Amino acid sequence: MPDALAEAGVRPVSGDPDAARAVLSAADVGRVVDRMAHEVLEKTRGAGDVVLLGIPTRGTSLARRLAGRVEAFAGIAVPTGSLDITLYRDDLRLKSPRALEATDVPSDGIDGKLVVLVDDVLFSGRTVRAALDALADLGRPRAVQLAVLVDRGHRELPIRADYVGKNIPTSLRETVHVLLTEHDGRDAVLLGPAAPGRDGGSAS
Amino acid sequence: MRRHLLSAADLSLEDATLVLDTAEELAQVSERTVKKLPTLRGRTVVNLFFEDSTRTRTSFELAAKRLSADVINFSAKGSSVSKGETLKDTALTLEAMGSDAVVIRHSWSGAPANLARWIRGSVVNAGDGTHEHPTQALLDAFTMRKRLGRIEGLAVTIVGDVLHSRVARSNVLLLSTLGADVTLVAPPTLLPVGVETWPASVSYDLDAVLPKSDVVMMLRVQRERMGPSGEKATAYFPSSREYSRRYGLDVRRALALADDAIVMHPGPMVRGMEIAPEVADGVRSTIVEQVANGVSVRMAVLYLLLGGAAPAIGAPDVGFDLAPPAPLTPPAQGRATPA
Amino acid sequence: MTSYLLRDVRPYGEAAVDVRLVDGRIAEIGTGLGDGDGRVLDGAGAVLLPGLVDLHTHLREPGREDAETVETGTLAAALGGFTAVHAMANTDPVADTAGVVEQVWRLGREAGHCDVAPVGAVTVGLGGEQMAELGTMADSAARVRVFSDDGHCVSDASLMRRALEYVKAFDGVIAQHAQEPRLTVGAQMNEGVTSSMLGLTGWPAVAEEAIIARDCLLAAHVDSRLHVCHVSTAGSVELLRWAKGKGWNVTAEVTPHHLLLTDDLARSYDPVFKVNPPLRSQTDVDALREGLADGTIDCVATDHAPHALEDKEAEWGAALPGMTGLETALGIVALTMVETGRLTWRQVAERMSSTPARIGRLDDGPQPQGRPIAVGEPANLCLVDPASTWTVDPRATASRSRNTPFAGRELPARVVATFLRGRPTVLDGKPA
Repeated sequence: MPDALAEAGVRPVSGDPDAARAVLSAADVGRVVDRMAHEVLEKTRGAGDVVLLGIPTRGTSLARRLAGRVEAFAGIAVPTGSLDITLYRDDLRLKSPRALEATDVPSDGIDGKLVVLVDDVLFSGRTVRAALDALADLGRPRAVQLAVLVDRGHRELPIRADYVGKNIPTSLRETVHVLLTEHDGRDAVLLGPAAPGRDGGSAS
Repeated sequence: MRRHLLSAADLSLEDATLVLDTAEELAQVSERTVKKLPTLRGRTVVNLFFEDSTRTRTSFELAAKRLSADVINFSAKGSSVSKGETLKDTALTLEAMGSDAVVIRHSWSGAPANLARWIRGSVVNAGDGTHEHPTQALLDAFTMRKRLGRIEGLAVTIVGDVLHSRVARSNVLLLSTLGADVTLVAPPTLLPVGVETWPASVSYDLDAVLPKSDVVMMLRVQRERMGPSGEKATAYFPSSREYSRRYGLDVRRALALADDAIVMHPGPMVRGMEIAPEVADGVRSTIVEQVANGVSVRMAVLYLLLGGAAPAIGAPDVGFDLAPPAPLTPPAQGRATPA
Repeated sequence: MTSYLLRDVRPYGEAAVDVRLVDGRIAEIGTGLGDGDGRVLDGAGAVLLPGLVDLHTHLREPGREDAETVETGTLAAALGGFTAVHAMANTDPVADTAGVVEQVWRLGREAGHCDVAPVGAVTVGLGGEQMAELGTMADSAARVRVFSDDGHCVSDASLMRRALEYVKAFDGVIAQHAQEPRLTVGAQMNEGVTSSMLGLTGWPAVAEEAIIARDCLLAAHVDSRLHVCHVSTAGSVELLRWAKGKGWNVTAEVTPHHLLLTDDLARSYDPVFKVNPPLRSQTDVDALREGLADGTIDCVATDHAPHALEDKEAEWGAALPGMTGLETALGIVALTMVETGRLTWRQVAERMSSTPARIGRLDDGPQPQGRPIAVGEPANLCLVDPASTWTVDPRATASRSRNTPFAGRELPARVVATFLRGRPTVLDGKPA
């Protein structure tokens, strides 16, 4: 179970996907990622010193897609990697210890770079907080930005995203499912009722 | 609820794989500038060492510190333990200090199991008598997987004083869980009665086994085994010369190994006895890696035991028991049914 | 004149009768006896056995009164249905002189829960080197007939031979703790599959069997009496069967715990299961039951070995070996031998009363033990309710120690009453 998703109240297809309705179609997801890539290029003035670090597991895939689009649009190969934040979570004591996901930092490191953290859903902000701590132990970036496919609101920390694919106002009783071809066989963003016994709003 | 790591047998295939995978990720920490994670902040880990072992104690200490746990080193020497304080008294003291885990090294087999009944936290066996040393087996497995890419199907040969080796016991158990084929090689006097029931093959002939081995693990042979205080009649073998001639990994024997075979040793080595210096320092040798891997594996164990609300690996709770012994299940009538 | 009428009791578990005890003796046995002027106990069909006799008890006094005293140990014995126990010699000081054995004997008389027959040490200080004054102990008020270095083996063959010969002069017997010391250096538990996994030094069966074989040959050679303590292995049973087949004067005992428990229990590393000789395999347990049933093993002896808490609440290797057993012995024998159809109650009476009394030569003299249930015999009796089960609770023992390996087990055959020469020591399952 990808922790970042769990934290965001997102359950990939589990929950009750039949009851969920599509907020973004596959084509929408593609368009949104294209737009985000353009925004990164624009806001970072050509992405010269950008490193894209995805938060596993879907964040990592999104980071790779963004890099692919940036290269397609501007001919620049942006280093990408993944950053597992499990060991930095503030809710470790609430559950059994979890298996770790890969942390894979590009060989040139992150010192002096502009790191863009990439995640699928921004919810309470706690995942991003943990990611910032993890990042600090890996090096000293010039600046850190945040890109998310969906911002569903309900922040519990003073954190905001620099690049947002789509703002989806949600109720705490709802769950956001992000599906990506790499993991789920298709691209979509679904909005559905919280899984039984689980309050979609309880940012874990 | 699971709570302890007392024996390699406490780990299922899933558990063991989880430890190795976790260690793999944690190994990166050792390569960073900031070699520290906040994961166990506020947790207290006690290193309770009744036997000298700078190597193992330091490894556990570093592992706990890299995860930001508070570490107390409680060594038997210079403490009240050497003044006749019982293990139980020590346990009660540690309990009062609020330790979350006790890493114990003890000269009596089973001492960690005894301790587990007297404290509420997790107990990690860091070597008990001639019983087990599960984290050593985990780091050995980790080293094999790193070097050879897999464990399942590997031919692992463990050579030496199996009878008295906690490393051998834990390795046999863990490696069989992970699907390796283990062969024990030793003079018959250094193999325990009952070894035929272990999940391992047995041979007395090192030369016959070496060419088929992917991994050769040499165990330390203590000179005391030639008879305590010069008591020759209780010796397990006639002389160190004869031992190293028949069971030592010398340069000639190392040539018989397959190209990518590796040579391991849990340390400390007796160079020239069970292993020739040229072999110990050669390219096949993983002896230095084993030490580094030890820290990662112990970090993984501590994280998986202490990092969450409840341990993710380990032995079932044996029950917390300060007064009377735990009752046994009544036997079926007329039949001896040991609990 | 004190008198008791035991109504509706079944001697040896056979036909129900009434039994009248008058002035320490069995005065009358029959059906429909009148109440008389004494106290009447309704046995409700309980089994009446002769008072049990233990050949192997550690009372720990003098020396370790924190673990047991003659007073507490003999009370535990009475609660277990015993009217006589042999007190082993490994006290501090060792019972190797007339002074010590007389002290223990006198303490037993003063406590009054059951007769105490002291066992004398074979060698001075149990040192295995110099024969103790066996004759003086035999001639003392304690009338010692059983000699043993129990806890230690008389391993020197020449010394063993001399001891066997020497005790012939007063019809004594050497009770050997059969353990070849060189094969059991540092031994912690039965040598086998379990010890190999637990990393505990093995105590091989051969270390017992080698000594038993040697001692049988020695006893035959000098035509003396040998008794083998706590036989624990299948091989020992075979050797004893062979020696008995030769007509040699060899007897043997088995403990209740060796009739029930196996070395698997050591997996917990709980030293309550540490005992010497160690718990063995199921094959051994089966052979011991068989040997006790067919008479190869003559009797059951408890090897009641109380230990203070600190000597048991330790690492396995640091803990002392031994288990308490007086209060549970009959229950374990009922469980393993009677309920399985291996022994009748009459045979239990032989193996737990008359035979051990005969081996210890308590069946004769002014206050004999182990006598049959018959008119005119001393009223040493124990009344057992075979159907009544009870759960072993270490905290509810009369012994000063709690190291029973049977904690939490449900046992049959509750001892309801014990009579020592007509006087109840236990009534209603409680000290009288």
